[in-house]
Amino acid sequence: MPRSLILPEFLVHRDEGRCTKCKACIRQCGFGVHAEEPDGRISANEQRCVNCQRCVVMCPVSALKVTANKEIGRENAYWSAERLREIWRQAESGGAILTSMGCDRNYPVYFDHLLLNASQVTNPSIDPLREPMEIRTFLGRKPEKLSIAGPPGEERLAGPLPPGVRLEMPVMFAAMSFGSISKNTVLALAKAAKQMGIMFNTGEGGMNPALGPFWDHMIVQVASGRFGVDSAYLEAGRIIEIKIGQGAKPGIGGHLPGEKVNEEIARTRGIPTGADAISPAPHHDIYSIEDLRQLIYTLKEATDYQKPVAVKIAAVHNVAAIASGIVRAGADIVVLDGLRGGTGAAPKMIRDHIGLPVELAIAVVDRRLREEGLREQVSLVAGGGIRSSADLLKVICLGADAAYLGTAALLALGCHLCQRCYTGKCSWGIATQDPSLTKRVDPEAGAERLVNLLTAWQHEIKEFMGAMGINALESLRGNRLQLRGVGLPQNELDQLGVKQAGEAM
Amino acid sequence: MIRTTVGGRAMKVIESKGVHYRELNREIRRLVAAGEDRLLLRGVNGQRYIGAGLRGTARLEIEGTAGNNLGAMMNGLSIYVHGNVQDGAGNTMSGGEIVVRGSAGDITGYAMRGGKILIQGNAGWRVGIHMKSREDQQAVLLIGGKAGDFLGEYMAGGTIVVLGLDIPLQQEREGANPLIGNYLASGMHGGTIYIRGRIPAWQIRGQVQSELTTPEESPQLRSWIEHFAAGLNLDCSALSREIFTYLTPQGARPYAHLYDHSA
Ligand code: SF4
Ligand code: SF4
Repeated sequence: MPRSLILPEFLVHRDEGRCTKCKACIRQCGFGVHAEEPDGRISANEQRCVNCQRCVVMCPVSALKVTANKEIGRENAYWSAERLREIWRQAESGGAILTSMGCDRNYPVYFDHLLLNASQVTNPSIDPLREPMEIRTFLGRKPEKLSIAGPPGEERLAGPLPPGVRLEMPVMFAAMSFGSISKNTVLALAKAAKQMGIMFNTGEGGMNPALGPFWDHMIVQVASGRFGVDSAYLEAGRIIEIKIGQGAKPGIGGHLPGEKVNEEIARTRGIPTGADAISPAPHHDIYSIEDLRQLIYTLKEATDYQKPVAVKIAAVHNVAAIASGIVRAGADIVVLDGLRGGTGAAPKMIRDHIGLPVELAIAVVDRRLREEGLREQVSLVAGGGIRSSADLLKVICLGADAAYLGTAALLALGCHLCQRCYTGKCSWGIATQDPSLTKRVDPEAGAERLVNLLTAWQHEIKEFMGAMGINALESLRGNRLQLRGVGLPQNELDQLGVKQAGEAM
Repeated sequence: MIRTTVGGRAMKVIESKGVHYRELNREIRRLVAAGEDRLLLRGVNGQRYIGAGLRGTARLEIEGTAGNNLGAMMNGLSIYVHGNVQDGAGNTMSGGEIVVRGSAGDITGYAMRGGKILIQGNAGWRVGIHMKSREDQQAVLLIGGKAGDFLGEYMAGGTIVVLGLDIPLQQEREGANPLIGNYLASGMHGGTIYIRGRIPAWQIRGQVQSELTTPEESPQLRSWIEHFAAGLNLDCSALSREIFTYLTPQGARPYAHLYDHSA
């Protein structure tokens, strides 16, 4: 093989004064960077380093530092180091560059241009430590009207309500399949979901038998490859989610690289071990809204109308019209996955150059559904880049009922955002199937970290609500009056449906 | 509701003509859950989702034309259709059997991972896409006539057989095999496809390797043809010396070369 022209992206600095040659770094690095030389020295093959910081965190004497290698050529404001590197890589491999996690480019982040309101004097704030705050959320189709029957004093709802699911707080764990992440990671998410009274999502990889105790908190996904979809799977899930697209790769199919398809995953998915698990870009039985309706109703028929059916799409330019069609097709929940949504593997160009920020997507879909009188019938879930309780509240004010957390949940489990999940070598034991790595996530301890994160957010949400003088999340849904824009031109404010900061109620 | 006797066995009859699919399917679900093991649906005229998601060993006989997604996601029933079926029969099914006396529409057997589908006549486009297999059960799709474009696309497991009964084959070497359309088996990465006759290289989309065999030489193929003949009560003995093209994937990772996997 000819010599690569690419300089390493990261540099590994070892403080020889501190290093005790304990070799922890050799064991910890999933990418095989550190090695012991014949003379006893520990060397680092920096070409392989992805800056996941595992060795840095785990070195018992803090002898390691990993930094970005800035000196790779005469980069400039136009030709950034990243662009140079991409071209050199493709000149060597001839392949589309793969990456993982969400779009990391410097597009405007609307969350960071929106400010929330608070009460002062005229409508007092509420003390969340003293007053109950209602943050429960119900997902599913809402009837247009309720009929009551029965003799006076004993009135009851006439007829059953459409199936719904209660969330103790307006978040869920986003679809992450067993395959893209390890079984222990799935179990940590499932345990935390159960403990917090929320939902996790199997993703498209089928259902591992170990998830039995968590069915009540499980969303099962039906994607174009239909991996693991059988009657037991559909019966097990509380919500069935049809995955049309995901924010990290709109219009592109799912693609679990063969390296990650071990025996257990192959069995769950029904494909050969080591084969790529290919989910084609479209569902080949869906070429129109009418076809989507048929899959929705196939799933409803197959489960006797006992479960809400969600449809997840990537946020794209025409998202409002598409979402309206999805509601008319019979979906009970519409999930919009924005530009920043994460992934286990995606072509980098697709990830970084297609899509719509979720803030805009939720705002325009919420508005469109209201205009058409459809909003009250369905639940709207935002996914893609929710980083904090503040982002969560802002997206609710823009119109979402609840949000999916993917990247944030993995960060809680130790992920350091190296964006190399597709290699299957994750040193943090999350996006890998290598048993020596997967044991680094302990389902119990992992669940506790997730529960801690959500408990903290829960408290923050209540504080925000108290500050605004609002004691039920319901009153915040689509309540754009609680938002003001800073540093946004008028047309962006208009799309978001938000007033300029400084304008009064 | 009446009972009738077919072949000496009692069967519940559901008069289906003009009944909305939701009502019809609710009734089928109710009867199957109540332990009814033989149902006859009379006058079916396009109702969708019949048998969708059902489990068990009941047998449904259908007179008329079954609508889209017949037996979709089902696991275990045996469905026999005296007539044609529209699109999506056996969509994502995981067990059981669908036997069709007539022809079937598009996406028949899409992503099925178990069970069998027997079509006496022709099948439409995008048939058998993404079929799979599990260790305990193989998805099998047997077509008596011919199939349209994209047959077996992205196939990951299971077996497809196209017999072309009564369809004359091309005589010239490079002539198109009339039993299949374009894009046969593109992206196939598991499973096996048998097509009667030779297939010129230009009609195969790459990613697969082809060999020739006959039912006499191949016990696998022979047993599927016998199963087909028995299920539809046909005589297929004339096929035993016919040449079949036998397709298997070249590799389990048809698209790996398109991507730069380096870190
Ligand atoms: S553990 Fe991570 S940061 Fe450390 S050398 Fe390996 S890849 Fe680099
Ligand atoms: S999950 Fe692992 S491989 Fe993926 S970004 Fe996080 S640390 Fe890196």
